[in-house]
Order: sequence, then structure tokens, then C-alpha cells
Amino acid sequence: MAQPVAEIKPAKKKGSIGTYKKWGYIFMIPFTLAFLIFQAWPLIQTFYYSFFEYYRSFPDWIGPNFIGLENFVSLFDINELNNVFQLTLNTLIMWVAGFVPQIIISLLFAYWFTNVRLRLRCLGLFKTIIYMPNLIMAAAFSMLIFTLFSEVGPINELIKLFTGGEPFYFFNYTGSIIGVVGLMNFLMWFGNTTILLMAAMMGINESVIEAAEIDGATGSQIFWRITVPLIRPILVYVLITSLVGGLQMFDVPQVLTNGTGNPGGTTKTLIMYLNENISTSSNYGKAGAISIVIFVICAIMSLIVYYGFASDKTEREANKAAKAAIKAERKRRAE
Amino acid sequence: MMSAKDKKVSEQKSALQQPNFNPDMKAGAGLHIHRAVCYIVLTFFSLLCLFFFYLLIINATRSHPEILRGLSFLPGGSFIANFQNALASPSISIVSGIINSLIIAVSSALLSVYFSAMTAYAIHVYNFKGKKFIFNFILIIMTIPTQLSALGLFNMSTQLGWRNTFIPLIFPAIAAPTVFFFMIQYMKSSLPLDIVEAARIDGSGEFRTFNTIVLPILKPALAVQLIFSFVASWNNYFVPALILDRSSTKTLPILIAMLRNASFQNADYGVVYMFIFLAIVPVMIVYFCLSKFIIAGVAVGGVKE
Repeated sequence: MAQPVAEIKPAKKKGSIGTYKKWGYIFMIPFTLAFLIFQAWPLIQTFYYSFFEYYRSFPDWIGPNFIGLENFVSLFDINELNNVFQLTLNTLIMWVAGFVPQIIISLLFAYWFTNVRLRLRCLGLFKTIIYMPNLIMAAAFSMLIFTLFSEVGPINELIKLFTGGEPFYFFNYTGSIIGVVGLMNFLMWFGNTTILLMAAMMGINESVIEAAEIDGATGSQIFWRITVPLIRPILVYVLITSLVGGLQMFDVPQVLTNGTGNPGGTTKTLIMYLNENISTSSNYGKAGAISIVIFVICAIMSLIVYYGFASDKTEREANKAAKAAIKAERKRRAE
Repeated sequence: MMSAKDKKVSEQKSALQQPNFNPDMKAGAGLHIHRAVCYIVLTFFSLLCLFFFYLLIINATRSHPEILRGLSFLPGGSFIANFQNALASPSISIVSGIINSLIIAVSSALLSVYFSAMTAYAIHVYNFKGKKFIFNFILIIMTIPTQLSALGLFNMSTQLGWRNTFIPLIFPAIAAPTVFFFMIQYMKSSLPLDIVEAARIDGSGEFRTFNTIVLPILKPALAVQLIFSFVASWNNYFVPALILDRSSTKTLPILIAMLRNASFQNADYGVVYMFIFLAIVPVMIVYFCLSKFIIAGVAVGGVKE
């Protein structure tokens, strides 16, 4: 029974390259069409409009008239209220406010969760809880935080106990808005990062850490000299994906500030400005220009990712070599 | 309690004649303190994650005057009343919002998982010209934020009369690079090509092979991606807010954000909390039921990416 099948198989395989090849293309048709219609063509249109004067001066449309780089010039003019430097700075500050605590706590938790000597219990429960905010609708979470932190909300009830009835207006000051946005981004992402870093740390060969322990390394030495360097590729990945995600920050500050970016446009992000130019002020030229700027920033970030992963390979080889050396050393010592 | 491993380590230490006598005792006391610190910090951050949602659930059960009277950690008795008021709200039609969100999220999750798996299958199983190029190209488009095509999509939808329809919100999901990438990684590890070959010998057509033999094998990966695609679409605010401006077509995130637009000062806070409750808590319940599954998916996706 088995023999004839084995004989037919190679013959079929040879033929399959010719006959089945077309199915490869056929199976990709839906994906390709959807990509071309809903992503590629709109992206081209977006870029096209960035070179045109095209806006609505109610109720009439002005343009589209070709104006070259004028949209970009005004976007990069630091005298304008919403220039790209201010918007990028706003976005980055709010990202950093969440990312710094996020990476610190995630590293710490991932280290604890994977530490063999600690052997913590209820890890499943902790992981489940800290990942939960990641799946919550950001718009609804923002509205919840806005309500809780508003001058009649429960957080201000607590503050009033200390200030003698005087509420703190969280959404009137740049600093406190950044703090609230940072807190929310931290809560939404530190569970996710912890799980990613955990997976990376579990991939570290235990014998490397044991060998270091035998050589008398302390816990913090092991963490900084062995664990962190070995998970560097994943750290780079987390950093870049978080940064690219941070540059797209929209829902949280949009809802918290009702789309204004107040006070004085200091909490307006790049995408909030894009949204404003598409919907409320209908300036398609500006919207196209800001899209290109975000595109370029993200492209640079992505290039860094590829370089980060290129060094990943050499690192893995070095890791292997180190492990082999450690094993040999231990054998020699045991003998 | 010292395990066999710790004993082995300490034995090795004495074998190496280190001047560290009785390391078990020292490590034991330190370990207990260390462990206690870990539990305290972990509990603190877990409670912080739950705190705001706990306040949400409590306040959704309290009436407007009760909420204004001050903070409480115990539920009130107005859950049903708030629920009825939320459903009856004239400005925000929450029921149609939930239905619209469900239609969009379910159909875009199904489309994106089915067709992205199909594309991954094409790249994984067949040999054809430009295969490598297409694979790399899809990886590149994965890094382009979808918001950047928003202006073009908005403009196109206006020209084609797609505003206030779900077409520009559902069909783009067919081309989902992240789902594609996850599926192709999964196929590399768990879809032997022999099965496809065997199906061909038995006379199965290519479409039938994919639908009846390959898809069942991919079930675990499909389920994980179905959940993530659903959640991503359910939570999506930016593009739907541009496309949908008629109140009967608005999705849940748009309606929730409208609470902020509306004269928030004069709102019934019990009803406001109830709206947010309806947007958040069902997803939370589903999450806690499927959490093991979801968290495993996060870890796998992360390592392989």
C-alpha cells in the first residue's frame, strides 16, 4: 500500500509546481485587492493632497491647487501654533510619561515571575489582572478617568479631605494632564510588556544564571550583567513598537481634553491634529502633510527595528558560544 | 523550603570550597523577605489596575445624588434605574451603538482571520514567482500606521457615498498584516505539507483542502487572532469617528466620547457611569473567562515577532 503512494508522490510534486502555482496567486487575491483599495490607494491620495491647497472655507471648497511644499513650510514654521515640533514634543512627552514606569515595572515583574529561586505563587492571577487594562476600550477608559478625576469625581473627594474642600482641576494644567495620560498608558501597557519580557527571560538558559551564581554573582549583578543583555533584542522591539504606538497616540488625550489639546495646545498630539484637519477644519492639504511627516518618523523607527534584529543574530551566536564555554568550564571544575 | 536545586547549588559551592558557610540559612531568611516584598508590590499594582474599574462598577449602581454626596466603596441600589435611564437616553442611543459595534467587530474579525490565513497559506504552501518579495512587502506595510491612510479613506468614502456605511470599516480588515504574520508563523510550526499533498492525492480541490483540512488544524491560532481582531475593531475610535456622523450608525466608542462633548456638567452621573460600564464590563467578563488563552497568545505572538 505504502509503496505506490511513495512512487506517485514525487511525480505529483514535479507537476504541482506547474499546476498548483496559480493557486498561490488566487488565494492572495482578496488580501491584495483589499490592500490596494483600502490602504494603498488612500495612502497615495493622502500624499498627493499634501502638495495641494485644498481646504473648506465654509461653505465653499478652495482648491485643489498645486502649491508645492507650502503645506510643509507652514507645518515646520515654529511661529505657527500647531507646528510639527510642538506636536511631536507633546506626543513624545506623554509617551515618555507612560513608558518610563512601564519599562521599569515590566522588567522587575518579568524578572520576579521567571525567577526560579523566588517561586512566586498565583502568577496566573497576577498576569491576568495586569494584562486586563490592555483590552479595555481606550475611549471608554479615558471617559472613565475623566469622570473619576473631574472636580466632582471620587478622586477629588479624596483630595478635598486633605485640602479642606478645595478640588484640584486635573484637566486645567498641562502637567497634570500629562500625568493622567502617562498613568493611563502605563496601566494599559505594562501588563503586555511584562508578558513579552517574561517570554524572553524564560528563553534564557538557566545554566548561564546558575554558573554566575556559583561564581558568586549577586542578584542585581545577574540581572544587569546577564538577564538584561540577553533579552536586549526584545527590549529594542518593545521600545520601538511602543514608540511607534506612542506617536499614534490619539484616543486618550482626545477624549480627556475634548479634542482641544488645551491648555494652549500643549497636549495636542500629531494624530489629534490630523483628525482636526480632516474633520473639523477640513484642511486636506495640511492633513496630507502631517501624514507624510508621521510616515517618515515611523519609517525611521522601523529601520531601527530591522537593524536591532540584525544584531539579534550575532548576539544569539555569541550567547551560544558563551553557554558552551560555561558548560566546558563547569565540566572541568567538576572533574 | 529549599528545593533539590538549591541544595545542589550549595553542594557545588562547598565543592568549590568557597568560604561561605551555611548559605542555606542566609539565603532562606533573605528569600522570605524578598518574596514578601514581591507579593506586596504585585498586589499594589494589581489593585491599581482594578481600582478604577471597581469605582466604575460601584458608581454605576449609585444614583446621581448619591454620587455627588461623596465617595463610596459599597454598591448602591440604583443599578436597574441607571440601566433603564441609559437605554432611554434621547441623545445617546446606546443599544444601536452596541449593535453597530458588534456588526462591525464580528464581521471584520471573521474577514480578517479567514482571508489573512488564506494569504498566509498561499505563501506557505505554494511556490511561485515573487513569493519572497510579497512576504517582505507585507512585513513592511505592517509598520505603516493605518491612520496615515485615513484622509484618503475619508475622501474616497465621501466620493463613493460610503459615509455612514460600514463598508470602509469592515472590508479593510481583509488585509491584516499582523494576522497574516501570526498565521504564517503558526503554519511553519504546525502545518506539515504532507497533509496538503495527501489531500491532493485523494482528489481534494485546493479550496476544499484549505477550508476542510487546513482551517481545522489552524483552529487554536485562528481563535486567538479572532479575539484580538474583534477587540481591536470593537475599541477602534479614530477611523469610525471620521466615517460615521449620523447618530443611527455611530459605534460605541464614538458614543462614549460624545459623553465628553455633551454638557458633561449637567449630566446624570449615574447614567454616565452606566454608559461606560456597558462599554467596558462585558469585554472584561469575556476576558476573564478566556484569559489563559489570550495571555498565551500574547506571549507567542511577541516571541515570534
